[in-house]
Amino acid sequence: MAAHESRTPRTMLDKIWDRHAILAMHGRTLLYADLNLVHEGSRHAFAAIGQEGLAVRRPDRTAAFADHYVPTAGRPRIADATVAEIVALLADNARRHGILHLGMDDPRQGIVHVAAPELGLSLPGMLLVCADSHVATHGALAALTKPIGASELRHVLATQTVWQSKPRAMRIVVDGALAPGVGAKDLVLHLIGRIGANGAIGHAVEYAGAAVRALGMDGRFTLCNMSIEMGAASGFVAPDDTTLGYIDGRPYAPRGEAWDRAVTDWRRLPTDDGAGFDRELALSAADIAPTVTWGTSPEDAAPIDARVPDPVPIADPARRGRVERGLAYMGLKPGTPLASIAVDRVFIGSCTNARLDDLRAAAAIVEGRRAVVPSWVVPGSKLVKQQAEAEGLDRIFIAAGMEWRDPGCSMCVGVNGDLMAAGQRCAATSNRNFEGRQGPGARTHLMSPAMAAAAAVTGRLSDVRTLVRGRT
Amino acid sequence: MTPFGVLRARAVPIAISIVDTDQIIPARFLRRPRGPGHARLLFHDRRADGSFALDRAEFAGAEILVSAGEFGTGSAREQAVWALSAHGLRCVIAPRFGAVFRENAIRNGVLPVALAPERIARLVALAEARPDAAMAVDLPAQRVVDADGAEHGFAIDTFEKLLLTEGLDEMSLTLRNADAVAAFERAYDARYPWMAPRR
Ligand code: SF4
Repeated sequence: MAAHESRTPRTMLDKIWDRHAILAMHGRTLLYADLNLVHEGSRHAFAAIGQEGLAVRRPDRTAAFADHYVPTAGRPRIADATVAEIVALLADNARRHGILHLGMDDPRQGIVHVAAPELGLSLPGMLLVCADSHVATHGALAALTKPIGASELRHVLATQTVWQSKPRAMRIVVDGALAPGVGAKDLVLHLIGRIGANGAIGHAVEYAGAAVRALGMDGRFTLCNMSIEMGAASGFVAPDDTTLGYIDGRPYAPRGEAWDRAVTDWRRLPTDDGAGFDRELALSAADIAPTVTWGTSPEDAAPIDARVPDPVPIADPARRGRVERGLAYMGLKPGTPLASIAVDRVFIGSCTNARLDDLRAAAAIVEGRRAVVPSWVVPGSKLVKQQAEAEGLDRIFIAAGMEWRDPGCSMCVGVNGDLMAAGQRCAATSNRNFEGRQGPGARTHLMSPAMAAAAAVTGRLSDVRTLVRGRT
Repeated sequence: MTPFGVLRARAVPIAISIVDTDQIIPARFLRRPRGPGHARLLFHDRRADGSFALDRAEFAGAEILVSAGEFGTGSAREQAVWALSAHGLRCVIAPRFGAVFRENAIRNGVLPVALAPERIARLVALAEARPDAAMAVDLPAQRVVDADGAEHGFAIDTFEKLLLTEGLDEMSLTLRNADAVAAFERAYDARYPWMAPRR
């Protein structure tokens, strides 16, 4: 235990890392995982351990979520036979191994990165793994996270451990306050635009500063969610009263004496004064405008009042080529004002932006207006859906002509069949604008829920601040 | 897994500036069970007109893929590696790799080799000029010897090298330390009882 009490100032990364380290060899550390979150994509790993006659080592440290493949309308039937089989297989595997299963019919079902925190499964100080690249979302609760592939999932199921090399520590401090109409999504898109899609490779990012502290949990989830889009290994926020207030009373959160002990421990997790970071970056929140992407990488982000950039002056030929190809794919001409680009549809959803605060922000813009393009609102979980309905948000969306759907990944990745046609342009609150992400030939502009709502009611990328001003 | 020693093979160059895993295998194919059919899914949406490098006759049978752009960023989908393997590719050379892709590749016996962009440009030019000339990827010596005999050293961490050169499964490494894991787990459960959410 001496290491835990040592006087050397340590970062939060050091603290979480050290308490999970079992042994080190061959340049890696074998780490114990507190929690393994699985979804329908886990079928290959379950099949592998089944063939090898291996058991799930810690079913109590494993939870299964039906999210990627579930339909977002027409439930409980699943029209596509293959999809029905994939969803049923998750339930089978969970039952066989005694794993908590949040299936399509469960009132707590939702996207793994939305529903697991809601259930109180994700906790501060955890090493949390998931066969999904957006596991960094749980960093909002001060968990260290690691995305894994199917083979590594087999290893985690059987051993509850991962072999990892320690990431370097990076701190991103965002000082000041975000302007009205500007939120966590704008902050993170701005950040990725500034440091690039490779900007944090090999680093675990600790987000700090007044603007981060001021975010509610939903905003922190959004911020941490997109850590992977800047190449980070993980991204997290130190636990504070906001964090504890969120966790307290959740179904699987510790209670009573266990809660008191947990809180005492979690209060010791934040980085010690004087601890050194391998890299630091400072940002001023006041400089950030509502931000959208124009290209096919999340780093292709710009303020809404900017224009589509001209690739010609870009000195680096590789980047110039990428931007040229991106603009061709997106069907955009250099110099076009971003706020003049017409969209064919709007998607408000995904593990990035489908929580209650996101839906509130979107509804505030939509209220009393009409969506002029087909627009979907896909809540991140059944709990979000129920809370939104209790506040009447569903009625606002429906009155505006938008579709109010059932929770799942939906058009973020489209594996359940929620896809767009080639050439269609979408204002989306998800996290990836890669070629073909929302369907072959589909064009994606990433933005905040409020900005997506503004696009829905105007039919083009729009500065949400003008719509808010229009109100008062 | 077959141990990876020295691979002598021809190379196919891919000119995409950022090769995210959505490009390598589009999400709508993720539902398919692993099999030889994954070869056709590799870069599926780029291959509609048959002019993509993988479909050019002169590159048939290539076992090394040389990517001008960083490779395997984005989604954690292991199907990206399955598609490469099914296509007979055993090594990818690129300026940089997505972290999870890299881990997935190692666990499937596919060697990721990171080289500087100017070296990659040279390999691409050689592959285009002499598609039938083989190059050698020597993992034990950590170097690529191109068709002209020029050597390009590369870095790989000891863990990855061990897994590949010995065809070792990380599971066996972990199971060799089963006692340490069990002891750790007992102590951890006792010290942080609230961290097992469903105890
Ligand atoms: S919403 Fe999108 S990014 Fe999030 S888990 Fe689902 S598919 Fe992945």
